[in-house]
Amino acid sequence: MVTLPDAEVAPRTPRPGRRVPHVPGEPGAWIFILGDMCVFAVFFSVYLIQRGHDPGLFAHSQGELNRNLGALNTIFLLVSSLLVVLAVRAIREESLRHLASRLFLGAIGCGGCFIVVKAFEYHEKLAAGITPATNDFFMYYFVLTGLHLFHLLFGMAVLTVLWRFARQEAPLSHYKLAFVEGGACFWHMVDLLWIVLFPLLFLVR
Amino acid sequence: MPTLLRTPASVVWLVLVAATAFSWTLGTDHGLGPDAQQLAGIAILAVAFVKIRFIGLYFMELREAPILLRGLFEVYCAAVGTLVISLFLFAR
Repeated sequence: MVTLPDAEVAPRTPRPGRRVPHVPGEPGAWIFILGDMCVFAVFFSVYLIQRGHDPGLFAHSQGELNRNLGALNTIFLLVSSLLVVLAVRAIREESLRHLASRLFLGAIGCGGCFIVVKAFEYHEKLAAGITPATNDFFMYYFVLTGLHLFHLLFGMAVLTVLWRFARQEAPLSHYKLAFVEGGACFWHMVDLLWIVLFPLLFLVR
Repeated sequence: MPTLLRTPASVVWLVLVAATAFSWTLGTDHGLGPDAQQLAGIAILAVAFVKIRFIGLYFMELREAPILLRGLFEVYCAAVGTLVISLFLFAR
């Protein structure tokens, strides 16, 4: 029988001060997240190409948007992301686990605030007679913000599952912990997409 | 709660809020001429892609991910950021 030298059978230990690389969530979740980000990259490009065809129309139409509401929604998503980061930290630590469910609930609340602001914004536009059929800019505005809103709603459903997990008293299984990490990353992706959409649609002229 | 907040992500969050305020100020300044407006646009988009990199590294914890996953994300930020700024400047 051939025996392996000690160096080959010993478990790998990280060098002092270095952490072991860790994939947050299931690797499959990352195919979905990175794929979705690539789809949005195509949307960003198509929007900018269309803008290039008629910059005057896009600049004029952009002036009709309420930039303050867009900025307010950015803050809601940033707050929600921080709450999710803290909730994941809390869920991993026995002494802090009791805080996790409240932190997830706070993040879901921020998502709700985003929807309220977005509904107000849409209502403002529709009341002024502005619809997706008004011109190319508003078609992209409604489609891109609508797609993002769909992701946000899906993300809130995921956060609701995470909130239920966080309410369990027993430590989470490896599978559930990976789901929590993957779900949290999906929520951060929702934030990340808005971080690009907001300046693209509302700010750059 | 204070223990929970003692993380690099909290500092990054403050930077992200400050960066949002910076972009919003630049984007709502109507007194800029066409050239300054274009420069402001480049700055706003560059800040946005730096922000998403921070979200990936600190909120999604990709800082501690295997090099392949972190690398894919870093390449996304750099490539899509460059593409978006180029299209903003040159798409006609």
